[in-house]
Amino acid sequence: MQMNKDTKEILLGPVYLKNPITLQVLGICSALAVTTQLQTAIVMSAALMFVLVGSNVSISLLRNKIPGSIRVITQLAVIASLVIVADQIMKAYLFEVSKQLSVFVGLIITNCIVMGRAEAFAMANPPLKSALDGIGNALGYGALLILVGFFRELLGSGKLLGHVVLPTVNNGGWYNPNGLMVLSPGAFFIIGLLIWAQRSYTSSMQEDH
Amino acid sequence: MELLNLFLKATFIENMALAFFLGMCSFLAVSKKVDTALGLGVAVIFVLGITTPLNNLIYTYLLKEGALTWLLGEKAATIDLEFLTFIAFIATIAAVVQIVEMAIDKFSPALYGALGVFLPLIAVNCAILGGALFMVQREYDLAESTVFGIGAGTGFALAIVALAAIREKMKYSNVPHGLRGLGITFITAGLMAMGFMIFGGIQL
Repeated sequence: MQMNKDTKEILLGPVYLKNPITLQVLGICSALAVTTQLQTAIVMSAALMFVLVGSNVSISLLRNKIPGSIRVITQLAVIASLVIVADQIMKAYLFEVSKQLSVFVGLIITNCIVMGRAEAFAMANPPLKSALDGIGNALGYGALLILVGFFRELLGSGKLLGHVVLPTVNNGGWYNPNGLMVLSPGAFFIIGLLIWAQRSYTSSMQEDH
Repeated sequence: MELLNLFLKATFIENMALAFFLGMCSFLAVSKKVDTALGLGVAVIFVLGITTPLNNLIYTYLLKEGALTWLLGEKAATIDLEFLTFIAFIATIAAVVQIVEMAIDKFSPALYGALGVFLPLIAVNCAILGGALFMVQREYDLAESTVFGIGAGTGFALAIVALAAIREKMKYSNVPHGLRGLGITFITAGLMAMGFMIFGGIQL
């Protein structure tokens, strides 16, 4: 049964203890940019999970055949192909959301989580483990994205997934929306505060200067 | 005049790092010292200034719908290779970074010493690919994309050097334990983004 413990650690470790965004500092660009609404955050997390699992499995399968000197460009080619597939699917079935995400779907290619996990994990582990690692990291990324998206949409426009939760003053309600939340500084502040909360709760994560 | 406006817009109003959150990984990771931040900033200006116009040429003459007519004649008018955009751009960027690295190594070892470590990192910096994708989305021509590339690079360099300078000073401040390191860097970047928002009101 010790295999089970190992599996659990690979799968759930990145969700909290080794969260890709707040602790490994990977994939921040999209975490900030697509979280003005909960919906875009969810779609982005799903797209990332698809790409990350796909790239981890493919690179893990190829890991003994990739020559060391050209491994980065091989990884990029695999990732870029998967992103093209994700982008085409989104354009076909979720056109509105894909318009809102604009260039950020394409930027999954340079999302450091994908490259980082390919380089650090998939190059050294068998496909099944790599797939679990991909799911785990995508869950950690998605959890943070959804949390940030939740706060930004709720506080910024009083809505969740487009449904009115806090009726705003403009529409005859009582809530005065905080415009800062939908703008770029709001994203920085929310992630900064989340990191503060997480590190205060788990003090072993604190950095010393 | 149009081009000057575009430059200012790309540098300040639509700052890559603070308004579009591009290149965040290196923005946060390489901003501990002003010297290294400056090195990375210069390298980004350099690479963005080269790859954006180059990708523009590739997009206009190879990938856009009907772009191949100059090569294959009228029958190619319906060929649309746009779905290859991502892979073509990232390959171009990786190749250019490699060539630039070799060229600098050969012709200016001093500059290579200063930029060396940052150049390979730049191939996976989202600001570079983001610049190319914005260029397609906003339909810039060759001159515009050159100016946009250099302007966007300058904006990124400005932001990362400013953040590094703030972080150097902040070493001496008494930050709450949980916020030390990454947390306070996010808050600082947020305040900087707020500062850069004042440019948003400028009509060019």
